[in-house]
This record gives sequence, structure tokens and C-alpha cells, in this order.
Amino acid sequence: MPTYQINVNGESRTVDVTEDTPVLWVLRDHLDLVGTKYGCGIGQCGACTIHVDGTAMRSCSLTLSQIDGKSITTIEGLSEDGTHPVQKAWKEVDVPQCGYCQAGQIMTASAFLDSNENPSEEDVKNAMHGNICRCASYTRIHKAVMIAAENMD
Amino acid sequence: MSTNNSITFSRRAFLRSSSLAGGGMLIGFNLFQACKPKVIAEPAIDLSTLAYNDFNAFIKIAENGAVTIFSPNPEIGQGVKTSMPMIIAEELDVAWKDVYVEQGILDTKNYTRQVAGGSQSIRHGWDALRETGAKAKQMLVSAAATRWGVDPSECTVSEGVITNAAGETLGYGDVVKDAALLEVPEEVTLKEPKDYKIIGTNIANVDIDKITTGKPLFGLDYKVDGMVYAAVVRPPAFGQKLTSYDDTEARAMPGVLDVIKIGGKVRAMLEEDPGFESKISSSDKIVVIAETTWQALNAKKAIKAEWENDLFMESTENHDQMLNGFLKGTQFETKRKDGDVKKAFAEADEVLERTYESPFLPHNCMEPMNFFANVTDEKIYLAGPIQTPAWKAGLVSKMLGRPEEDIHLEMTRMGGGFGRRLYGDFVLEAVEISDAIRKPVKMICTREDDVALGIYRPATKYRIKASIKDGEITGYHLKEAAINSNMYGLIPNFFPAGAIENYQVDVVSYKSNITTGAWRAPYTNFLAYAEQSFFDELAELMEVDKIQMRLDLLDKVKPDEDERIQYSPDRMKEVIKTAVEKSGWGTKPDNIYQGFVNYYCHNTHVAEVADVEIENGEPVVKKITCVVDCGIVVNPLGALNQIEGGVIDGVGHAMYGELQFDAGKPMAHNFDRYRLIRMKEAPIVETHFIKNEFSPTGLGEPTLPPAGGAIANALKAATGNRLYRQPFTKTPELLKVPSKEIIG
Repeated sequence: MPTYQINVNGESRTVDVTEDTPVLWVLRDHLDLVGTKYGCGIGQCGACTIHVDGTAMRSCSLTLSQIDGKSITTIEGLSEDGTHPVQKAWKEVDVPQCGYCQAGQIMTASAFLDSNENPSEEDVKNAMHGNICRCASYTRIHKAVMIAAENMD
Repeated sequence: MSTNNSITFSRRAFLRSSSLAGGGMLIGFNLFQACKPKVIAEPAIDLSTLAYNDFNAFIKIAENGAVTIFSPNPEIGQGVKTSMPMIIAEELDVAWKDVYVEQGILDTKNYTRQVAGGSQSIRHGWDALRETGAKAKQMLVSAAATRWGVDPSECTVSEGVITNAAGETLGYGDVVKDAALLEVPEEVTLKEPKDYKIIGTNIANVDIDKITTGKPLFGLDYKVDGMVYAAVVRPPAFGQKLTSYDDTEARAMPGVLDVIKIGGKVRAMLEEDPGFESKISSSDKIVVIAETTWQALNAKKAIKAEWENDLFMESTENHDQMLNGFLKGTQFETKRKDGDVKKAFAEADEVLERTYESPFLPHNCMEPMNFFANVTDEKIYLAGPIQTPAWKAGLVSKMLGRPEEDIHLEMTRMGGGFGRRLYGDFVLEAVEISDAIRKPVKMICTREDDVALGIYRPATKYRIKASIKDGEITGYHLKEAAINSNMYGLIPNFFPAGAIENYQVDVVSYKSNITTGAWRAPYTNFLAYAEQSFFDELAELMEVDKIQMRLDLLDKVKPDEDERIQYSPDRMKEVIKTAVEKSGWGTKPDNIYQGFVNYYCHNTHVAEVADVEIENGEPVVKKITCVVDCGIVVNPLGALNQIEGGVIDGVGHAMYGELQFDAGKPMAHNFDRYRLIRMKEAPIVETHFIKNEFSPTGLGEPTLPPAGGAIANALKAATGNRLYRQPFTKTPELLKVPSKEIIG
């Protein structure tokens, strides 16, 4: 099997996988970064959202060739100790119910806030609309993103 | 603080065979050493690294007084991993900041009812958990009193520190070794609610740090050394069975270790336990075993399987015809009968009859079904997301002909349950696979597998008929036509049972080969909408106030004279009146259309008011005011989350949820063709609790059923159209606002 170098959370990692392996499964099975979740496999639910050069993308629909030379950030690397403003807001609001989709929600929200300084309530709804929360913690997700927006550097 | 090794080893000294009521001897935590998790969750806080002394199956105490509390019940997102330990910590009298919570394993000797279902964990656990904490506290105080040579009554406790009359203090950690050896007291005094320091305060989800930093918590995250992955090829349609398959191509693919056939053991188990046959296919299945998830999923696509139609291949149209035929027929079983509804209808001034229809629903837990199994000669190791671990251990024991003592089962945090993980058909598959290959294995489903492997909420129809005579409701006849099973327990005795002299509930069901089961608030998730829509229509026909009509009916209920009536008319009236006040019922401007529902299920009384506004000519659900009487609110922060989630889930499924079948095949398999509610469609939920000191009841389900009815009644107010069929988006013409409303 071919060997790939990928840059994840500031580290260069080597993986031995077939070319068609989605980045999601490279992260989960080969690098033990299981914070990125499998939800649908077709880019519809957002549970597998990661940052590729700072942009939120669905890792279930990305191949290794698409991230060649790019920097990947997963939920494990969003901050060193869980103190990114979005993570802090999630804790303050106590967003999760089951918690399964929340890493993807946090990754979508953090990438959105990086490029949108003063989002309106409507902007936040539009940005988060692609991420499903089956427990329907939507009101808390919305509140947490609004709080995080205030505290972004 | 001491983390001295000698303390760790000395834990052995406290192995005890006597048991606490509701607690008991400690559990050995090294049973799983044979396949230790490779990915170990890092502790979020230092508390987890302390050396603890075992106290009982629920409690371990460190020398510095820090406490580990084991949460016995499975966590599916309903919050019991936080709220159950809170109840123990309250009576144990420790500071919450000193508490570290761990998930208990399946242990039927020391824990009772390790089930996540029916919104019952808190209700059933309330007395036992408080007693467990209080008895442990009493033993700790006794140990301290003995050391001081004083009477325990002279001691006081605050946050894990015992103080005597002379002002001397001992921490729980100082006396835990002595205390654990004492006899468990028979009687214990519990706190008065006014003295609660933890119960009633906002406590964050105990896994919040792990969730927000992506630590392994869920079944899909569970890994052990040497574990392989299994993807299962199941019949594509209900009613089919496997005839032959070709695995040549799959076997040649990278990472594929084996391709096997399973099914025989499940069929043998079904012969012994036929009650499970509506929960799992009896067909043979093909299993691809591979080194990684992707390799297994990929190779699965290369299996060429032939299936034959073994049973009738059902479609949504068949279900529709069958249920309509039942409603016209006479094959009903009567669940409750008061007076004579036929006579009431014959003598009525007016009769109203309406039919309400609902579709099949998949559960769509965000974490697809999966389970870990490692069947060895010595033990059967199981781990993963399961709402009913004890039931599954029993089935696995039957399936493999092994004693239940051989089974070690760990519950992982679950990415949603909603009833789907009550059944554990996936546990049986994982076990059959591991038994065949004798390796640690994780059975994994794709989303497509998960939807097609449903144990669905079946389609159901209700026909309701009521009679009016001299301005009174004199008769009420509810008929249920469902699939595979009918309403159970006390549901036939829910409101308006007891309020109407002539009252009857009849049920009938069609035996389908599509697997069906409980879905968050079974039956009531649709019945509440049907009955509460009907009440509104009845009030409109009688030209009376909709709220007053409900209150008048409640005045007639006498629960003291009928033990089947478990809802309280007084508590119901209070949630109704509070909802009227808090929602501004009847005082809103003309552009806000409201719909009202009061409901009782899962032992909790709820009233909800939906506010619908018109935006761009379309009615939009903007807000739900929700009033809840669940007795004492253990953790308001968690309770609000359940309530908001339940309401929005109820709105979402009433609006969009539907799974159709054609020739036995589900017509949607993933979120591209199956619509779940998303951020922009979610209304604001404003919650108000009724404050009282009744024992607490659950919140995982009771706020969902009223939501569909509240929005149906509000949408009627907005559009003039009564909705008789879920999902409401299936009839878009009925969601149009009359043109004058747009202009107005």
C-alpha cells in the first residue's frame, strides 16, 4: 500500500493506506484521532467536519490527494487544552446531549467565526444549518456560537 | 493528597461480600485486562488519577475526600450520567467539585434496572440512589464517631468533612477504610428538599470536557489491540433471504481477512425466544472481516449476493390499505371500556369522527449501530452502545449456550438512542461474528445499513369519534390500527379517560415482516397529536373555549376512584393555566397564531403552546412555550436540554419525518433523501417548571408528543387547514396561507 505524509494538528504523520481511503477513516483508524465522527459518509450531516487550511470541510468526502500539502486540524488539535473560545462557549452553555455530533458542530463554528467577525443571528443559523444534531440541541448551539463570536481573538 | 501505591493495593482489603441496599460489594475493574482499550480516554480532571478506596458498587473515596461515583444506567444523551450521581452525592454530602463520575458496567447483582428507556431512570432510581448515598454517609460518620469515642449523633457533616462536638474534624478519606467494614444500616434519614445543595443546581454534563475535545467516548471509538472490523451484508428488502453469494472479488481486496456467513445462531436463539423475531431478520448474512473500517466497508460493496423473496414484500400502499381495512372492520381488542359508547352516539345531538395517519420512522441515531465483541473460552467481552445491557446479556447467553456469568459488558456513551438501541440485534450479530472467528471484532454499520436495519416506529392510524349531547361530550371512542403491536400499559387510561362517561379504546394490529419497535415516546409520539387536534376540532364544533373545554373535562376526573388513572387532574390543570399565562394565550397580536396542547405521558405533565408566524406567505413555527411538571428538577441545566431537544425533535418529525417502503425496501437510506430538522427550522423553546416537591419523573420523552399537536393546532389557526396526516410537509397545499392573510 502507498505511504502518505499528512500534516495533522501541527505534526507530520505517515500513513500506509490505499489511495481511496477517506480522510475520516485515516484519522480514526490509522491515527487514533477518533474525535472526528462518522455520521453519513456523504457529506450531509457534518459530524466529520475538520479544518483544511482553516476551511471547514467534510472529511468523509475527502481523499488523501485532496489534502496533499495542506494543514489539517481536527477537534483534538483545535486548542491544546480545550480553551478555544468555541470550546469554552460550548462548556459555558452546556450544549451537548448525546454529544456525538458536537465535534463537527464545533469545527464548523470555529472555521466560520475565523472569517466572520460580527455575525448576526441569521448568519450563525445559515453557517450551522449543514450540521445535523439528532438530539436537536440547536438552540444551545446557536447560543454558544453567538457567545464564542464575542470572545474570538 | 496521597497517591501512595500502598493505598491502591490496600483496596483489596476492602473487598466485601456483604451488600448495601441498592449498592453492594465492589466490582473488580480488571476483568477486561485481556483486551484493554487501546485508546484510553485521558482524564479531564485530576480527580480520576487519585488512589481510591472502594466503598460499594456506587462509591469509591480517596484519602483527600474526593469521590468517584459510578453511574449505573446507560447514557444515551438523556443526562443520567450526570443526574444519577448528583442524587448520590447529595445524600452522601460531598461537594460536587470533588466528585468524579465513571460509567458502571453491567452488574445485575449490585445494580437494578440498568436500562435507558421509558424516561424511568430518575423516577426508579430516586429512592435507591438517595439511600445509597445516605447509608454510606451514616457509615462514614459512625466510623469517625467510633474513632473519637463519641455518639454519631454528636457529629455533623459538610462537604465530606465530619466534625464532632469538640470541633475536631475527620475527612471521609480518613475513615473510609473503617467505614467500609461496618454493617450497612437498615434505616436511614433522608434530607428534606429544602436542605439540598446539589439537587436543583445547574450541573454541566460530566463528559463535557471529553466531548468538546474529541476524546474517545462512544462505541464507534472503542478499540482494543488485535481488533478487526466487520461489515455485514444483510437482505436489501424485508421478507428476503440469502440464497447464494460470490465473495471472490471481496476476498482479493486490501486488508480483507475473511468473508463468513452468519445467521444460524440467531435463528436457533429465535426458536428459544420467538418474542425477538420482530426485531431481527432470520436470514443468513454475509460478513466481511477486515483490518480497518474502510477496508471492510469497501470490500462489502464487492460481495455479489443473491436473495429470494421468502415472505410477502410489503409496501407503504399495502400498509395503508391494511390499516384502513382494520379501521372499518371489527377485529378490535378492547383496552378500556366505560359505559356504552354506542348508546351515546345513538342518542347524540352531534357526532364528530376524524382519522389521523402517521408513517414509519427510522430512529437515525447520529452514531450508527455498532458493537464490540470478543468471544473467548473463558469470557465473552462486550462493549458498546446499548440501552438494555441485561436483556442483551440474557440473549447472548441463550445464543451461545453459555452462562450469563461469562459475560462482561461495558456500556459506552451512546450517540443517541431514541429507542433503537433497546433492541441490540446488532449485539447478537457482533457476538455471532466473534464466536465464528474467535477474535475481538467491531461490527459497524454505515448510515445506509443503519436506516435499512431499522426497528422502526411503525405506521399507525387513529380514528376518534365523539358525541355531543346538550352541550356536553357524552361519548369518546378511540380506535388504533397499528403494525406488529399496539399501545400498552396505561396509555388507554390517559386523558381523557375518566373524564367522559362513555369511553372506549380499541386496538388492532397487522403482523408485518418489517422490524418495528419503540421510538422515543412510543405510541404517544403520534397519539398526542391525534387526540389534541381532535379536542380542538370538538371545541370548534361545540363553539366553546378550547382551554376551558379541557379544564372542564379535567374537573370530572376522579383518580381516587380509578387506580388506572395515573395522571393528576390538579397537576394537569396547573400546567395548563401556567402555559396560558406564560405563552400570552389569547393576547397575542393578529400575526401570531397559537396552538395549544396539554399532555401526560411517562409520568410527567406537560402543556405546550406553539406560536406560528407568516413569513413570505408561509407559516413558520417560531416558538414553543413549554410548561413542565416533573416534580423536583434534579439538574435544571440538563432538564432544559432534554425539554428543548424533545420539543424540537417532536416538531421536526411531525413536519418532515417519513420512511416509505416499496417491495420490502426502504425508499430512503441516508440524509440526502431523509429529512431531519436542522438549525434554521428549529423554533425557540421557552420552558417553565412547576415548582413542587413531588418525587422527580423523567424528561427524555414527555415533551416530544405534545409538540406535533401544538404546531398542528397553530397551523390550523394560521392557514384554516386541519392537518390529519404526518408529516405535514407531505401535504404542502395545506400549509398555504389564504391570500387575504398575506395581504392583511
